[in-house]
Amino acid sequence: MRYLPKSESERRAMMEACGIASLEELFSSLPDDVRLKRPLALGPGKSEYEVIEYFEQRAAANASGYESFLGAGVYQHYRPVLVDTVVSRGEFLTSYTPYQAEISQGTLTATFEFQTMICQLTGMDVANASMYDGSTAVPEAAMMAMRATGRRKTVVSRAVHPEYREVLNTYVRRQDVPVCEVPYLEGSGDCDLEALERVVDADTAAVVIQSPNFFGVIENVPAAADIAHRAGALLVVVFSEAVSLGVLRPPAEADIVAGELQSFAISPSYGGPFAGVIAAKERFIRQLPGRLVGQTTDTRGQRAYCLTLSTREQHIRREKATSNICTNQALVALMATVFMTVYGKEGLRELAVQNLSKARYLASGLNLRFSAPFFNEFAVRTGGRTPDEINRALLKRKVIGGLPLGRFYPELSDCMLLCATEMNRREAMDAVKEELAR
Amino acid sequence: MYPENFRYTKEHEWISLDGEIGTVGITDHAQKELGDIVYVDLPKVGSAVEKLKVLGSVESVKAVSEIFSPVSGEVVEVNTALAEAPEKLNQDPHGEAWLVKIKVRDPEEIKDLLSAVEYQQYIGA
Repeated sequence: MRYLPKSESERRAMMEACGIASLEELFSSLPDDVRLKRPLALGPGKSEYEVIEYFEQRAAANASGYESFLGAGVYQHYRPVLVDTVVSRGEFLTSYTPYQAEISQGTLTATFEFQTMICQLTGMDVANASMYDGSTAVPEAAMMAMRATGRRKTVVSRAVHPEYREVLNTYVRRQDVPVCEVPYLEGSGDCDLEALERVVDADTAAVVIQSPNFFGVIENVPAAADIAHRAGALLVVVFSEAVSLGVLRPPAEADIVAGELQSFAISPSYGGPFAGVIAAKERFIRQLPGRLVGQTTDTRGQRAYCLTLSTREQHIRREKATSNICTNQALVALMATVFMTVYGKEGLRELAVQNLSKARYLASGLNLRFSAPFFNEFAVRTGGRTPDEINRALLKRKVIGGLPLGRFYPELSDCMLLCATEMNRREAMDAVKEELAR
Repeated sequence: MYPENFRYTKEHEWISLDGEIGTVGITDHAQKELGDIVYVDLPKVGSAVEKLKVLGSVESVKAVSEIFSPVSGEVVEVNTALAEAPEKLNQDPHGEAWLVKIKVRDPEEIKDLLSAVEYQQYIGA
């Protein structure tokens, strides 16, 4: 990143050009009560040596050597070293939204690749340049369905990530959108399709299901699509574990796919920033929110990339825009792009199969709560001890256990959600099985 | 250029009334100002429209303009051919590229719209 220091004479020249005598005058239009009247609470300057020592001390406070079985929307996957090598290149790292986008052909090429690979994985025709994250992609997808159908009612499976549903409710709270939740099946853990059929009607804009759902269970996407389409509603399929797309059938029966890409080399980073995405069938392209990169030819007939269909966006459409999302997660989405490129079709499949196998190993012999097929996470009964007690015991063995499900589903307070990825070793999995068997 | 039997709005729409059915489009002046039209967003058949309220929108390469209804009433027909060939709006805005047909609630409403002569004065043609 370039750092451009200013000399005293340059400062004076700039102030002269602005017609001000002091820097203070620049801020004179600000109301007095919003001005900070004390110096920032920063210590005195430190030497480079002291700064490095400070950060080494802070880094040493991190707990290392722990193995985690937490999933539930944020997954522990290996980040190939190539990811940081590419994303830390100055050309990518320093550019914010390129306002004269076409001058940044490299950024647009990467975004076009991103959109293309997302379409291949999801079975959709078009994908946008990314959303903030999975949780915000869900309400944007629901509102897209409302615009496309001219209807309001949104039907959501209770097995969609509880925090995604919270964000959906926050988005639509003031918009007169009835949100109707459909239960999961008590025994199998997938969406109750009979209950779904009962609530989907001629006012329904969108049916929202997640696959694999919050319990890791793989949903019957074609059946849900039939129910939605018979009523003239659109099916929105959500995913939070993108690695599953390496081995599961793409949700091609959906009209809109909204997902979270954290699994694709985006570090958990205590909850963000992540990158989400919305993909859709081509006939809904004008209702798609966010940036869209297209391929074209320049005046010399060479292949070139450009922002396209910008008339959906707020810098042109103002209050009639499809969304107020105006920038995107370009750099974070680039991590996902590099990840998909490094793994490729075969590699991603292999990775997904490894997740599937490890989860099967972890699950074998445990008291599973649901019977339906799952990907890399599953709900398990914790038996005589509470999930918290199990987790405390595991922590002593340097293992971070599963998510106690009672936090989101009171009826499942005797269960935890365990996730196994390619990162988990056999010894740690055996430790979890031992604690759960006690 | 501007048919005598049409009435015009200051928002650059035209209407041609035949009994209680009014055919609505955008003017030649509007299509020239917009440039190459790439998309037209029209209401559904059966929807109610109000005079000088938004009826739909036309989109050119870099801009979107709203279409205002010259009269109040109900949309009875939509020119679906424009979905596939929006460029017709640049070629024949007063004929083949009509937008919608409206069952007019009150024919008196068109009286305060501009005549062909008034509209051409208005746009300085």
